[in-house]
Amino acid sequence: MAILVFAENIEGIYKKSSFEAVSYAAAIASTTGDKVIAASLGTVEGGRLEELARYGADKIVNASDKKLDVFNPQAYASVLAQIAKQENATIVVLSNTYSGKSLAPRLAVKLNAGLVSGVITLPETSSGFKVKKTVFSGKAFADVEIKNQVKILALTANSYSPQELNKAAEIAEFSASFSDSDFASQSVEVKRVSGKIPLTEAELVVSGGRGMKGPENWAMLEELANVLGAATACSKPVSDMHWRPHSEHVGQTGITIKPNLYIACGISGAIQHLAGVSSSKVIVAINKDPEAPFFKAADYGIIGDVFDVVPKLVTAAKNLKSSQN
Amino acid sequence: MKILVCISNVPDTTTKITFTDNNTKFNSAGVQFIINPYDELALTKALELVEKHQGTVTVINVGLADTEPNIRKALAIGANDAIRINAQPTDAFFVASQIAEAVKSENYDLIFTGRESIDYNSGQVCGLLAEMLALPSVNVINTLDIDNGVATMERDIDGGREVVKCNLPMVVSAQKELAEPRIPNMRGIMAARTKPLKVVDPASLPNSTEIAVYELPQPKAGCKMIDAEKAEELISLLHNEAKVI
Repeated sequence: MAILVFAENIEGIYKKSSFEAVSYAAAIASTTGDKVIAASLGTVEGGRLEELARYGADKIVNASDKKLDVFNPQAYASVLAQIAKQENATIVVLSNTYSGKSLAPRLAVKLNAGLVSGVITLPETSSGFKVKKTVFSGKAFADVEIKNQVKILALTANSYSPQELNKAAEIAEFSASFSDSDFASQSVEVKRVSGKIPLTEAELVVSGGRGMKGPENWAMLEELANVLGAATACSKPVSDMHWRPHSEHVGQTGITIKPNLYIACGISGAIQHLAGVSSSKVIVAINKDPEAPFFKAADYGIIGDVFDVVPKLVTAAKNLKSSQN
Repeated sequence: MKILVCISNVPDTTTKITFTDNNTKFNSAGVQFIINPYDELALTKALELVEKHQGTVTVINVGLADTEPNIRKALAIGANDAIRINAQPTDAFFVASQIAEAVKSENYDLIFTGRESIDYNSGQVCGLLAEMLALPSVNVINTLDIDNGVATMERDIDGGREVVKCNLPMVVSAQKELAEPRIPNMRGIMAARTKPLKVVDPASLPNSTEIAVYELPQPKAGCKMIDAEKAEELISLLHNEAKVI
């Protein structure tokens, strides 16, 4: 028996969420006694495969076919199903990223597996097999029982910290077989925003709401984010007014995030917004309205004008960073 | 062009979530249900496509009779007809299998789902349905143009966007920017009353997961207030006390 974990890479570099997934699989294996098999798809160079052993893989299956250099949900699901069958995997772990979300359901059908998306804890196996996931876009959690023999867990980013386990893993080359339909959809162009931390995986997030008064005032939030190494986000009204792109909208109808730190600047804290961020480990609310609901959901609060407060934070954060260097 | 739009019935976004029966059931008392917002965008996009290329839009829902007001709303917005599979939707796998079974011989050119439902947030139905029907799929799309049976889409990826091409038929899931929602007008509402809404019995198919118990987030212990005049203290608290920076 084995636990298969899909270690996604972008242009040959593993994502942090992939290491989280590998360590998560290793933590399950430490109780079940299974082997952790990490699957790597597409070209990965320069000894990077061994990074998967560092985070807990016992064996690395390397399907390095060039056809897999660009993510394709059908082809990836097909190859992962082949590897899962070869390795007799009864649990498959992957990250609940946009790629993970597109391939996991296909894999579930191919393996006749039960799939839970948005998992945030290790499984509970004392009676049955249960995992916790967020529901109602972060307003609640649910313990979900999987009935199928094969289980697929799609792990939310920042839910499990990568652990350095430094295992010695064998690397096995895998030559996948494809059918024409595997490449029915074709990637024409990938436009990645370079030099920015993707919000979906960010550990630190600086976010702005209507209290920022206009898109021209975002420079100071970007500066704070830059100093801290954070991603930027916004509330729904801000993206609806096109002050910021929709991809930055966090909340019930935007994206749900789980960073270590969420700094809300000029956001009142409507229930729909709180849903998307309430799983953050530490929340800071900055608002001039002392009655803003966000203060009830925050760990730290500053009642004050964001235009006075944020520049002070930028200065203090710069001082902290320079003292660390 | 023959288009199918899968719609889900979800609690309104302002709903305060509570549970009953020792936290094993969602408390729907007094809750207003709406068409899942992403499904509604999918419906609008489907209508835009048939206005341009001609064709029909069918909406399909897996639900009990209480979902019919929202199905009628979809008809009022402009769908031609509707199918309701008369079953309680127990999980994404169950919903996708029921839809796949009901439409497998219908040869839709394009099937839409929303990016995810805002109640269970799994985002699985698009991929499950595509795999069950042996069709290609592209999820979280923000744009969609169709030319001579070839769809060109822009989808969200982690940290950016990807342009994808695919021949129809296919399954897609709608993301926020795909369309603007339409408000049904009086004529649409009148017409919806007589549009066909077919109710079919569910096939005998299993679900694969079950919710054992729900839980609400723990309330925060309390908010530590920092004087705005000494805002810089926040940074040292985040560094020394919370240890997150």
